[in-house]
Amino acid sequence: MIERHNPIGEDDLHAYVDRRLQPERVEAVEAYLNSNTEVASRVSAWRAQRETLRDQLAAKAAEPIPARLRISSIRAARRQSRLRQFRMIAASAAWLFAGGAVGWITAKSDWSVPRPVPAVMVSDAISAYRTFVVDVSHPVEVKATEGDHLVEWLSKRLGQPIKAPDLTAFGFRLMGGRLLPASTNGIAAQLMYDDDHGTRLTLYLRNGEKGETAYRFVREGNVSAFYWIDQGLGFALSAAASRERLLPIVEAVYQQVEGPERAIR
Amino acid sequence: MDEAAILLERHTPALRRYAFAMLRQHDAADDLVQDCLERAISHWHLRQRDGDLRAWLFTILRNQFISGYRQKRRRGPHVAWDEVPDSVAVGGSPDSTTMMREIFVGLDTLPEDQKSVMLLVGVEDLSYDEAARVLGLPIGTVMSRLSRGRENLRIYLETGRTAVLRRVK
Repeated sequence: MIERHNPIGEDDLHAYVDRRLQPERVEAVEAYLNSNTEVASRVSAWRAQRETLRDQLAAKAAEPIPARLRISSIRAARRQSRLRQFRMIAASAAWLFAGGAVGWITAKSDWSVPRPVPAVMVSDAISAYRTFVVDVSHPVEVKATEGDHLVEWLSKRLGQPIKAPDLTAFGFRLMGGRLLPASTNGIAAQLMYDDDHGTRLTLYLRNGEKGETAYRFVREGNVSAFYWIDQGLGFALSAAASRERLLPIVEAVYQQVEGPERAIR
Repeated sequence: MDEAAILLERHTPALRRYAFAMLRQHDAADDLVQDCLERAISHWHLRQRDGDLRAWLFTILRNQFISGYRQKRRRGPHVAWDEVPDSVAVGGSPDSTTMMREIFVGLDTLPEDQKSVMLLVGVEDLSYDEAARVLGLPIGTVMSRLSRGRENLRIYLETGRTAVLRRVK
């Protein structure tokens, strides 16, 4: 129980306004307010603004839920978009097999033939992965511990909002990121994650990419990478891990980066 | 309806109210709530089973509000909180008294965190502890935001002048 004669603090006054005080403390606060008219008038102003806000906003919460916000509609829309996504993946898989042009995706490709941009991007991404993932002292330029600064800085340099996907569900924590030159005219960013076993994973993002693709998979040596293009940004997720291990992670990244922050309204 | 749908829809009216109070445009507010619910559904497995669902939902909603707001700020010309014109749409009945209209204008002069705490605690009845979780701040900081918010709004309503420092853009 709170001591009755504890001095009254600002916290008590707000808890009084919000009716969150213990009954015995209410008495003490009221006694205090009776002898401090200036404080009492502030407290009654706070209570008045609180009541006005509640009154004014009550009607909003009493409205029936619009159809588009019903959980069933939201789920139906999600199923639709998953189906679209699945079709895109299926289509790109078919395209990979059909072309016979699979060669460009591997290191065996003929360098005299200009390679499709995504292939350039993914090979840059894998080079960047190999360069920095082994770095013990400076794997990242800006650490994740600097908070929003990292994402804000990279967004600013890339000229579009990016975000660092949350991969903690897969045991991966964001270490930080760095800025990189891109072999095309653009600028690239690399976000690095690691898990408790020291496995490192990088998400490479590059601006100035054209078109829109579903994700594709490539393996170079022991490095697996998934890559795709979405709204002018190229993405490549790389790790020394199996395709099966990376797939659920790439799905989560895909879902998070195409979230509301990047959606066009 | 399954458990998730029942639980989520129970909180939808409150989410709509908070979103509307922050944006005060009905459609934009519902867009924000829709994004929030989509995210809640896709991350349903990540919620803490015995945790506070309501605080979790408000956290998602507020984070989305903030990232949307930041994105708009990055896009060049914008209306900052402290420059919002008096003509912004205001909820409530048409015969709202001046105090009632003024309170929203005054609320808009506040920094987002003060405004959120005042709405979450004062209107949505979140405990101080829950509000601290939504804002990702220690409880002491939440109390001081609440205190500053209420005091700034009081001064605004009494003098018609904002007590919040205008940021120089």
